Amino acid sequence: MRLELREETNFWLVFLAPIVAIAIALIIASGLIIWTGKPVGEAYFYLLKGAFGSGFAWTETLARATPLILTGLAAAVAFRARFWNIGGEGQLYCGALAATWLGTGMVTLPPVLMIPFLFTAGALAGGLALLLPVYLKTKLKVDEVVTTLLLNFIILLFVNYLLEGPLKDPMSLGWPQAMPIIDQGLLPKLVEKSRLHFGLIVGIASAVMVWVLMRFTIWGYEIRAVGHNPEAAAFAGISINRTVLRVALISGGLAGFAGITEVAGLKGYLTLDLSPGFGYAGIAVAMLANLRPLGVIVSAIFLAGIYVGADTMSRAVNIPNYIADVIVAASVLSVLVSLMLTQYRVRLR
Amino acid sequence: MTVLRIKNVSKSFGSLVANQDISLTLDKGEVLALLGENGAGKTTLMNILFGHYVADSGEIEVHGKQLPPGATDAAIAAGVGMVHQHFTLADNLTVLDNIILGTQPLTSWRINTTEAKQRLSRLAEDYGIHVEPDKLVADLSVGERQRVEIMKVLYRDARILILDEPTAVLTPQETDQLFKTLSFMVEHGLSIIFISHKLHEILRISNRVTVLRRGQIVGEIATGDADRDILAEMMVGHKVSRPQVKHLTPGAAVIELKNISVEGKRGHKTLLDNVNLRVNSHEIVGLAGVAGNGQAALGNLLSGLQTPSAGTVCFKGEPLTDFSTRRFVKMGIARIPEDRHAVGVVGDMTIWENIINENLREKPLWRFGFLINDKACRKFAAKLIQGFDIRCKNMGMPTKQLSGGNMQKLILARTLQNNPKFILANQPVRGLDEGAIAAVHERLLAAKRKGSGILLISEDLDELLALADKIVVIYHGMLSQPLPVQGISARDIGTMMAGNLGHAATLDKGRSA
Repeated sequence: MRLELREETNFWLVFLAPIVAIAIALIIASGLIIWTGKPVGEAYFYLLKGAFGSGFAWTETLARATPLILTGLAAAVAFRARFWNIGGEGQLYCGALAATWLGTGMVTLPPVLMIPFLFTAGALAGGLALLLPVYLKTKLKVDEVVTTLLLNFIILLFVNYLLEGPLKDPMSLGWPQAMPIIDQGLLPKLVEKSRLHFGLIVGIASAVMVWVLMRFTIWGYEIRAVGHNPEAAAFAGISINRTVLRVALISGGLAGFAGITEVAGLKGYLTLDLSPGFGYAGIAVAMLANLRPLGVIVSAIFLAGIYVGADTMSRAVNIPNYIADVIVAASVLSVLVSLMLTQYRVRLR
Repeated sequence: MTVLRIKNVSKSFGSLVANQDISLTLDKGEVLALLGENGAGKTTLMNILFGHYVADSGEIEVHGKQLPPGATDAAIAAGVGMVHQHFTLADNLTVLDNIILGTQPLTSWRINTTEAKQRLSRLAEDYGIHVEPDKLVADLSVGERQRVEIMKVLYRDARILILDEPTAVLTPQETDQLFKTLSFMVEHGLSIIFISHKLHEILRISNRVTVLRRGQIVGEIATGDADRDILAEMMVGHKVSRPQVKHLTPGAAVIELKNISVEGKRGHKTLLDNVNLRVNSHEIVGLAGVAGNGQAALGNLLSGLQTPSAGTVCFKGEPLTDFSTRRFVKMGIARIPEDRHAVGVVGDMTIWENIINENLREKPLWRFGFLINDKACRKFAAKLIQGFDIRCKNMGMPTKQLSGGNMQKLILARTLQNNPKFILANQPVRGLDEGAIAAVHERLLAAKRKGSGILLISEDLDELLALADKIVVIYHGMLSQPLPVQGISARDIGTMMAGNLGHAATLDKGRSA
């Protein structure tokens, strides 16, 4: 069996491939459901219902999708330049930390100024978290996968220390949590009595901005050139180090945004369980979207739907909601395979 | 007596037909030359014979027995040996280890080197090939490595030897040595398939020539009945005209290297050693040398990728201080990189995007300081695609889908469009077919007429002798003095390529006397 490059990629193939891939992922996961002895149809019905079956379900799914759009964009931008930023989780917490530091009383501004101020601070904090990995990569050729990944643990433990010590809210009855963000800094709700907040708009706007950046600007051109062929890019006069630094700041900034939306939009204060791995899930989101910025919106909503729907399914038919992780993992794998098959055709001998 | 029979072999990759219904035979003690341009299907055919590829149809018989498809071990067992164009040796092992690699039984505890050495010395005597079994391959010259490759094949009792472009990396003198060895082998009853696109070598060594074009056999001729023009026409399919070179009076110096040295990465030898070179306008300077003698460092230096560790580079009389690719492009230094796929273009980006990639930050290609002006870029690209005859379906397709010749035309278009003062042409026609070669050469000659100074780096002496006004030779990072091309022979250049750079001085003296 071997692979042959397709000369032209059929539009329908590209369009249908991810859909078929996700169907295959669901079939794979259904094997596990059958194993537990539960009805597959019913399980998926509740999954779908829990994710998209009512207005409330939609608000929950979109609220969950908000940070995933941002961390997904962070990964997509970085991966386009072959800068393997696995540190979205740490950068998210850096953003949240910046919001906690500045937004719990140190700075007081009217909401129109306070919210952009917090986002800017969060983006800066997320970007700064990547400076060290970028320096190590460009100067000493240290692999950024290792440094960004390990930095996650350092940042998380640092946040842990802060929450147990200097930043601990004296009113928290001993829980490791920070002081709440002041009212002026909280993101307005989009739908009354729901958890859906202004962060979704920020996420979608960011996706559009990233798309414009990649498609129409010189920076985007340089990022793509460096990602596809760094040697040729350098030969043509594009500075690789500068481009990598730029990409890192943008990527870290987007992950920092996600920290802001969670702390100032959803929770209101910083805790250690602010993110159940949104930074890592962002990588899956970006992969599912084939690193396309606008596709990230769709794949983030899909992933959020799976996670939210799995909770409902778990309650209704008593299947552990870990099945959501299986579906996501299987989806990423089958989408990657299907993307490859849109470019190559399989020949049996 | 026929030792090899290839019957109706066809092979295609996707829609590309690499071999179509090919049949040929090889007799005992015969040298059969397989002639064809790059991409004609020579290497594919030999890879099928050797079992690297499986043919779509057709069969292969060796000594009257059919070879199972896709089984390299069966081919070796049947006495087929292949010396690849790119050597397949392990640098960190000794010559002996490389030769016996894969011949030792898995079940034995230790390697029997005494017996292997005895066999080697016997083979060396028989065929007149000298190798030092205990030397590390990393320390060998290219010619020596090739002898190891041949020895490796003989050690496996090959009776049919396939040599894929064996002279590409050799000096003329090393080529002579190789040809002597090949004659020895033929006398011993071996049969040889000699793949090449160098006509004079084929005329010298072969008994019979089979010509491939676009995957098909287009002719077969006894070498005695052939001459250069006949073979060239068979290979290309039409009469070949050589470019007319006019030697012009050289103008002012466009680029001057003064006592330039470039150190290698730590622990490595010096890449360029106190080099002086001057290229004037209206002049093509040809740089000859065996691959790996510092051409890459010189190419990088003049591309803006490498800062010299000592010495000065002057461009139009001004010393350069900032060695960066962007600066070089801006000043009007045109660069044709050695490897167009890896360095010349970003294959996954579109044709128009690759055409503009050196001129990104110039008006009207950008707007408001950060946006790319799509319309202006496409107009710019369309003009160059037409002007340089780049053949493509549309400018929005990925550049990797272009043929080698069209990709090179793209690079020429991009780099020559604003009349550069200096052109670095590093292996500009490597791997191109005759039509594309003529087009590239014509462009370079036109640029010379317009006043550019050109440094042409090539491993093909014929190309240098045909195009250049002056020749310099590089050896171990040192340059010979420049010699006018009139009256110089490939043999003289070969002597210098082998390390006798002082030969230039004697030649020069002989001329003035």
